Amino acid sequence: MNSYVIDRRLNGKNKSAVNRRRFLERYRKHIKKAVNEAVNKRSITDMEHGESISIPSEDISEPVFGHGRGGKRNIINPGNKEFRSGDRIRKPQGGGGSQGQGSGEAGNSGEGLDDFTFNITQDEFLEFLFEDLELPNLVRKELKEMSDHVYRHAGFTSQGVPNRINIVRSLRNAHARRIALSGKSRRRLKELKALVEQEMEKEEVLRDGHSLLAWQEEIERLDQKIRRMPFIDDFDLRFNRNERVPVPSNAAVMFCLMDVSGSMTQNTKDMAKRFFLLLYLFLRRNYEKIEVVFIRHHTSAKEVDEEEFFYSRETGGTIVSSALKMMGEVISDRYPPNAWNIYAAQASDGDNWNDDSPQCRELLAKAIMPLVQYYSYIEITPRDHQALWHAYEDVQAAFPEQFAMEQIIDPSDIYPVFRQLFQRKTT
Amino acid sequence: MTKKPISTGSEWTFPLIQEYDQVISQIAQEYRLDTYPNQIEIISSEQMMDAYSSIGMPLGYHHWSYGKQFLQTQQNYQRGFMGLAYEIVINSSPCIAYLMEENTMPMQALVIAHACYGHNSFFKNNYLFKTWTDATAIIDYLVFAKQYVTQCEERYGVREVERILDSCHALQNYGVDRYKRPSPISAAEELSRQEEREAYQQQQVNLLWRTIPVPEGKETQQERRTFPPEPQENILYFIEKNAPLLEPWQRELVRIVRKLAQYFYPQRQTQVMNEGWASFWHYTLMNEMYNRGYITEGFMMEFLASHSAVVYQPPYDSKYYSGLNPYTLGFNIYRDLKRICEHPTDEDREWFPDLAGKDWLDTLHFAMENFKDESFIQQFLSPKVMRDMHLFAVYDDEDESEYEISAIHDEYGYRKLRAMLAEQYNLSMREPNIQVVDVNLRGDRSLTLRHTRHNNVPLDKDAEKVLKHVHRLWGFDVHLESCQGDEVRQRLHMPPRDMTPEQALEEGLKYV
Repeated sequence: MNSYVIDRRLNGKNKSAVNRRRFLERYRKHIKKAVNEAVNKRSITDMEHGESISIPSEDISEPVFGHGRGGKRNIINPGNKEFRSGDRIRKPQGGGGSQGQGSGEAGNSGEGLDDFTFNITQDEFLEFLFEDLELPNLVRKELKEMSDHVYRHAGFTSQGVPNRINIVRSLRNAHARRIALSGKSRRRLKELKALVEQEMEKEEVLRDGHSLLAWQEEIERLDQKIRRMPFIDDFDLRFNRNERVPVPSNAAVMFCLMDVSGSMTQNTKDMAKRFFLLLYLFLRRNYEKIEVVFIRHHTSAKEVDEEEFFYSRETGGTIVSSALKMMGEVISDRYPPNAWNIYAAQASDGDNWNDDSPQCRELLAKAIMPLVQYYSYIEITPRDHQALWHAYEDVQAAFPEQFAMEQIIDPSDIYPVFRQLFQRKTT
Repeated sequence: MTKKPISTGSEWTFPLIQEYDQVISQIAQEYRLDTYPNQIEIISSEQMMDAYSSIGMPLGYHHWSYGKQFLQTQQNYQRGFMGLAYEIVINSSPCIAYLMEENTMPMQALVIAHACYGHNSFFKNNYLFKTWTDATAIIDYLVFAKQYVTQCEERYGVREVERILDSCHALQNYGVDRYKRPSPISAAEELSRQEEREAYQQQQVNLLWRTIPVPEGKETQQERRTFPPEPQENILYFIEKNAPLLEPWQRELVRIVRKLAQYFYPQRQTQVMNEGWASFWHYTLMNEMYNRGYITEGFMMEFLASHSAVVYQPPYDSKYYSGLNPYTLGFNIYRDLKRICEHPTDEDREWFPDLAGKDWLDTLHFAMENFKDESFIQQFLSPKVMRDMHLFAVYDDEDESEYEISAIHDEYGYRKLRAMLAEQYNLSMREPNIQVVDVNLRGDRSLTLRHTRHNNVPLDKDAEKVLKHVHRLWGFDVHLESCQGDEVRQRLHMPPRDMTPEQALEEGLKYV
């Protein structure tokens, strides 16, 4: 009788979203630290999920006045089995007192509470991970594909299809036209009416019957003329005009270049993979559509799939320029630079056939760098640099904005180096 | 069984819920359960988690602590550490009850009986709720509070508002008038009066602080006006009215937290009574429905399983033990009251001469309407309930190496046990008694709080952190003295005083 039953399930469940965000915001520092640690610990294939974050409860407690231990107190408990009045029981040594807590108080007085643990989603994880990072030279390019045009409102036209009629504007025009075209007639009408009225005020014998009749006829005529004015005319119609506007491309292609010659161990390749993965995830947050091209090389280059790229074994010498050449070919074949944002990451242990390094420099400076948004080179080696590094140094000097190179020695370097390469420029 | 049962399956549907509600309502009326109109809302488990983290308030202002609560609930739920409550019910008119969609039909019926007729009638008729809360206005007030906080956030920044709210939350247990009757809150009035109040308040505060501070030494004892004239238990109220440096909008925030704390105060004082009452009635109503043939035996089995889970009391040595279960205690007391009225024994006649043989329904309504946990237990906890629950009292003295069993459920122990249990439910015993005793009006404007110890139980280590919050609101030095009798046992200062050994000695000597 007095009850209403309401289905609230459709109301959405994210009532706490704001509060949750506030919480994450407040403990940003803790979470970032946990995220950075997690990146260093996680296995390579493992970047794509959320993370469980622990914060010491000490840091997030909401203090209230409460009773501490000590003093004298009586606590009532249920379920007596063998106790009799006056029995004495030794207190447990150490922490103790667990038996003695009344309802609701158990949590307040215990020491060494567990950390506060919660999960953040993958999106949040990545957000924290890539915070403060920025894609260098993020110039979005135009794409010729149809899908990259949108229709935007672009004023009004007098011609169009009926379903695009702008009613307000059309009627406003009609109204204006009616006022404008009937202006003369209405002015005359007003005058005539005034005359007629003037005449009618005179005594009947004094009236000029002839003029009166003529005026009234004219009034009649003008009235009809005004009424004949069309309410709306073709001429009044206005249509919404839309324009096809090309939108900046949301597509990027990422080239992964890796040396797979005999000197590259699986360990080195794993480190490279981590780097590529970070770059991929990072790009994916900035572009809607991402393609990845894997090119591996020893003495000759080959475009392969991901599995083969990371795990197939090869031996032999190293000619880096073969991979660069191949990349140039793939770009001209499939990824016209005006439609694609091109990023490249190259990983190597620094070995190259000595005569090839100058050739790499030429290729990069002439053929590749003008086409790409950003080229990053990581050298995974604990040893001294060789010719390739020095050749690349020249390239970097020529393209300081677009070219970056760093050395990685062990896995814990990967993320810092990645951060360094993509650090948001303060200027 | 003359009738056809309402339903036989375990699936619920909206028409079925309505039908059950109608029958329950009818029977409840026969038992004179007087309720606010009900608004039963079906929600999903995610929404239940939302409701959890906002203390059941259908709308609340935004604050990170609710986010923390939410994350905690979510985590525990997803890991299977806890189930969600079957229902949440809000003291408002109409009385809003949330039902989870995962519940089976018998569960929904149980929850309707429990929340919509048990709790609801308690909210409407218990004297504390009647005096302290205005069920028709709370929703509007929550809306007002939420809007006001949002406005402040826009104007002064989220961070600033959060800081004030943090500090207020730390003191919210001290934002209630325990003895004075509050004026009912109404959102419309709040809004209209708020600007007026802001101006007026600021003026009042300025009056109080008009004097130019005099250096400490020059002040003589006679000149000194004691302020406040009497100790003030409502610390937030005192701060709202007297803190020297708060902006008007900050005072308004203090007021909002205080008003909400006040609203929930009766619930904290009637846990046992309220849950016991609701449990007693879902039990009684469902049994009656079964007797009249509205529900099947299978339905009844499921109901009883849930019911016994709700009123299960693990013994003290069980690993599930976490204190007395208020549902169990309350349920047992009400049930025993009914028994005392209907089938009194000699013992009952001796202990409850007024109740034995009386009309049980009158007695129960009387017991529900006129008490709070503390007095309810003191009045109605019978020897039989103590025996059934095997209650016993442990005496813990920090100076002794042993606990002492001070009373058990026997002839000698009943009265003592009952008095001690009642005291345990006395809110002012559960929360340290801290009051504002002094403000140094002429000197450094410091605020002094006094903690009056009960049985020499000290404050816990959070006290210092809370003082930081008091300091933030008050704006000048804050002192806290913890006294046993007239003797000051501990002093805390905010900002902390770095004392040289000589000063410390001198300070110490004062209390010898």
